[in-house]
Amino acid sequence: MSLPSNNLGEIKPLTYRIVDNKPIVDINEYEALDGYLSVRKAIPAMSPADVQAAVKDANLRGRGGAGFPAGIKWGLIPMGPDAGAKYLVCNADEMEPGTFKDRLLMECLPHQLVEGMIIAAYAIQAKRAYIFLRGEYVLAAKHLNEAIEQANAKGYLGENILGSGWSLDMHVHTGAGRYICGEETALINSLEGRRANPRAKPPFPQIAGLWGRPTIVNNVETLSNLSHVINRGAEWFKGLSQGKSPDGGTKIYGASGKVKNPGLWELPIGTTAREIIYEHAGGMRDGLELKAWLPGGASTDFLTPDHLDLAMDFDTIMKAGSRMGTGLVMVVDHTQSMVSAVRNLEQFFARESCGWCTPCRDGLPWSVKMLLAIERGEGKPEYLDILQQLTRQLGPGKTFCAHAPGAMEPLQSALKYFRSEFEQGIAAPATAAAIA
Amino acid sequence: MIICTDSNRPNVEPYILADEDRAEIEHHIHHYDDARAASIDALKVIQRRHGWVPDGAIQPVADLLGISAPDLEGVATFYSLIFRRPVGRNVIKVCDSIACHLMDFEVVQDAIIKHINVGLGETTADERYTLLPICCLGTCDKAPAIMINDDTHTNLTPEQIPALLEKYV
Repeated sequence: MSLPSNNLGEIKPLTYRIVDNKPIVDINEYEALDGYLSVRKAIPAMSPADVQAAVKDANLRGRGGAGFPAGIKWGLIPMGPDAGAKYLVCNADEMEPGTFKDRLLMECLPHQLVEGMIIAAYAIQAKRAYIFLRGEYVLAAKHLNEAIEQANAKGYLGENILGSGWSLDMHVHTGAGRYICGEETALINSLEGRRANPRAKPPFPQIAGLWGRPTIVNNVETLSNLSHVINRGAEWFKGLSQGKSPDGGTKIYGASGKVKNPGLWELPIGTTAREIIYEHAGGMRDGLELKAWLPGGASTDFLTPDHLDLAMDFDTIMKAGSRMGTGLVMVVDHTQSMVSAVRNLEQFFARESCGWCTPCRDGLPWSVKMLLAIERGEGKPEYLDILQQLTRQLGPGKTFCAHAPGAMEPLQSALKYFRSEFEQGIAAPATAAAIA
Repeated sequence: MIICTDSNRPNVEPYILADEDRAEIEHHIHHYDDARAASIDALKVIQRRHGWVPDGAIQPVADLLGISAPDLEGVATFYSLIFRRPVGRNVIKVCDSIACHLMDFEVVQDAIIKHINVGLGETTADERYTLLPICCLGTCDKAPAIMINDDTHTNLTPEQIPALLEKYV
């Protein structure tokens, strides 16, 4: 039961098994690399409460973007013999623009996710677990289904797992498009076979989720960490950040845009964006300068080169006025128009709005209309004020979910840091009169 | 085999739900604690057979799921990858999200439009291609990216487009 010392496994637990992007789908191969060790260790020797405590002690914060501590989320689930049916759902609907980490984890190490889900489901005593996977991830679906079948055959899933008396069945549910499905309660509606409109909160899914029953929704990367927390313990996990952040663990960071070597890297959480962009991604392509960057997805505020030395963790980036989000950085180079970038972002959000709430359904297309005009140099003088107002009218608290507030983050930060680019798109009075 | 007609929509052609499709939908239903949760799986089964979900299929599938036809129609029309209109034999999905925007996907999209001579949301007259925009495909380190049917193509340049598209008949 002891874990052999493995330097890489101790510092890059999520990805050390992946060599040259070669998938490990055969369960025997995965077991030979300490796979399912955590399941054999925890079930039935640890109680569900012990597993919850270990994850809470590790302070594993949700890797889907919000950073909510997984252990605390689990702690809200009713436990005990009278708690009734409960569910675990893995949010594998990776659609946040700029994000491609969960794809790697699922395509290359499907068993690591299945193993983590067994641990999570055991901790909350769920009877069924679903992987809500976006339909476009065809290879991930194939590998996950194979992994689940093999885990069933080995007795890690199914009836009376490892003699514990606890049973779990697991299924892959593939989606059919729509970004909003990544929102926790919209995801639950979608999984129930309904339109993916978000639900009012409270009640939160931990109390009333799938089919009205207590449900935990965790991201792929969060769940993929669990086997390692169980194997090596909370103290080891906290130390993974190497003092770069009060948070524990590693984070799969990435970079895209016109850098020399775009890609993904598992690094201590709290690594700076400068290290990610200039060391791991090799810096900007020749002749290009960094103008702005999105820390972790389309729904995060733009930051500038002045922010490059901040630790990429949830609290530090939040204090700088943005969000770490998924932690996959997108860079904007000096030749690109911020107006065009924001127009592209708002077109995306307008199209992907589910239409449930009026501010989102009507406000986002309005913002696109004005941004298109500004992009053509035909903006009216009042457009900047209206856009600024929209960032408040579509902000937090005006809609059921975070779609519209998320859409406003890049807009408000672009207006703040790059206002002159927007002003340049306002037509001169004579032209404005001609347009009118 | 069962033959269903929809009395509320007399113009809808009777639809024959294939036995193997029915069996597959019933298999999906067993994965859930409520039958309607298999709605998307079921629509995908129908779509795999025809390329889209024909009008007549809505009622018999809704019956299997224990929900009304309008309810299932509401689900079918919500999701961008369930097609309620016929599409071409090959569906081209162009990622137009911000990571691809930053890598100039527009020139790739223009090359596709030029080659097949239809715009976004349209199908070629020979029913060979349908062109659609799609949400970030999660392969941003290899942008620009598109999907054709189930295949993902990355690091695209406009020059590659004609030969790539010609592979799909």
